[in-house]
Amino acid sequence: MAEKESKKELKKKLKKKEDKKAAKREKKSLMKLQRMIVTNLDVYYGDFLAVQDVNMEIRPKAVTAIIGPSGCGKSTFLRTLNRMHEITPSASVQGSVQLEGVDLYSDDVDPVEVRRHIGYVFQRPNPFPHLSIQENILAGIRLNKQKLSKEEENELVISCLKNVNLYKEVKDKLNQPATSLSGGQQQRLCIARAIAVKPNVLLMDEPCSALDPISTRSIEDLIVSLKSQFTIVIVTHNMQQAQRISDWCAFFNVTATGEPGRLVELDKTDTIFNSPNKKATSDYINGRFG
Amino acid sequence: MLKIASKTSGIIILTTLALVVIFLSIEAVPAIFASQDALRDQIPWFANSGDHNIWQYSIPLLFSTILAALLALLIAVPLSIAVALFLTYYVPKRISSVFGSLIDLLAAIPSVVYGLWAVAVLVPRLSGVFNFLSRNFGWIPLFHGPVAEPPRVLLTVSIVFAVMVIPIITALACEIYSQTPHLNTEAALALGATKWESIRLSVLPFGKSGIISASMLGLGRALGETMAVLMILSPGHSFSLSVLMSGQHQTIAGNIAANFPEAGSLGVSALITTGLVLFLLTFIINFLARKVVDLPLKTKRRKK
Repeated sequence: MAEKESKKELKKKLKKKEDKKAAKREKKSLMKLQRMIVTNLDVYYGDFLAVQDVNMEIRPKAVTAIIGPSGCGKSTFLRTLNRMHEITPSASVQGSVQLEGVDLYSDDVDPVEVRRHIGYVFQRPNPFPHLSIQENILAGIRLNKQKLSKEEENELVISCLKNVNLYKEVKDKLNQPATSLSGGQQQRLCIARAIAVKPNVLLMDEPCSALDPISTRSIEDLIVSLKSQFTIVIVTHNMQQAQRISDWCAFFNVTATGEPGRLVELDKTDTIFNSPNKKATSDYINGRFG
Repeated sequence: MLKIASKTSGIIILTTLALVVIFLSIEAVPAIFASQDALRDQIPWFANSGDHNIWQYSIPLLFSTILAALLALLIAVPLSIAVALFLTYYVPKRISSVFGSLIDLLAAIPSVVYGLWAVAVLVPRLSGVFNFLSRNFGWIPLFHGPVAEPPRVLLTVSIVFAVMVIPIITALACEIYSQTPHLNTEAALALGATKWESIRLSVLPFGKSGIISASMLGLGRALGETMAVLMILSPGHSFSLSVLMSGQHQTIAGNIAANFPEAGSLGVSALITTGLVLFLLTFIINFLARKVVDLPLKTKRRKK
């Protein structure tokens, strides 16, 4: 009798353990969903090697900031993460960038498809000037040929606008041109447009550099709140900003003009700012150059 | 200094315009106020038309002029846009600049040369096409038969007009499209647009007003074009839409050129009246085009 009971208990325990394992596995796979791994990446403009030999892992559901002096290839690198780089004539890339284990640069991957999964927010707000606020958000959906009913569309617009803390400000003028908004509002609209297609990863290229401090603050808050849903990579040359919002921080550097930029160090933001491993990092952090 | 200079230039332009109107009006007065009998006695081609006064005479000419020009634009604008997009976005820079200068050269060819080419090359080759159109699409009023043989008809004129204005519109469209902000195109591409989709989403809306202006320039040339009409068209005097039939149409410019050498004083005055009508037409068209270009952004939901 006692034996039986203990067996039962054991089974229960085992089952529990299995459940836990499964849950863990599931969690892991979900976590994995948005992880990006960059290996041996060289980026070229024609014959010019702009960024050399980058190896890094971009953690899922976290904000990774890329910092470094001007001309070190931060933006160039960012553009390779969703194959925007190759829009520039004569630009090319060697090495691999993986999302969920899929190499974005393998031959059978369509760059258009890549960009649908990895959103991009630009330095200057660039809503489509001829479209209304609502149409701007729906632009990506229209491109993906997704058929949504009117209610679904309205819901999506509202949820995206709420997601970027813009809904209250624009709810009465969804049909007005996007250009009627202020710069900060436009940038939030652009973020809303990018997340409307539910990307896995969101790339941002100095999204606050054209904005005033108050708009910058609201975008920063927004980025922090969005990291529960998306993996975010942000290029910034504002170190305080990197410190405020990022979990991981990558420092890029260039030794001289004409030389390629390189990844110097990637670590937790705390570590980068308080006890960096490389001397170049601490020199840059402490404002000794750049 | 600059202020004075720009002010004087503005005034000069306005006075020129006013003087043209005044000149045309004064010269037109004899024909406008002449009696029907006087007009019929002194102007043979007016007598043949059977019209009562000079305005009535002008209107079929005006109709043909507009018809020919519109058909020409209908052919030329889509083609020009396509060529311009192709040159700006699909062809390597080196090739497109070569093509660009070739197109500029085309724009400089005199219209007599186009006319000669049309008579020698185009007209004989078009009759097959026109017969096909008439046989299969004859139910559309435009393509009513019987097709004239040789096809010295208004559609041929329109095609030649189109060939003449394509270089103008294309050159301007290339200029406009190449100025689309990179940010707009990249915004579309970053959302997962294909190249064509990004063009539709950023380049075409950006270029819309410019393309309208370019088309208006093309339209201006088509409205005033004389040589090609004179060399190709077998003229008529009616409101016929059948652009494949001969003896139906005559444009204002063509009519002036055809009748001027033989015209007496009242005849000249009558022709100048038709010229005044053409002038007013271009004026109105330009005005409307301005209105269209300045049209506020449509914020209504796009129909899908």
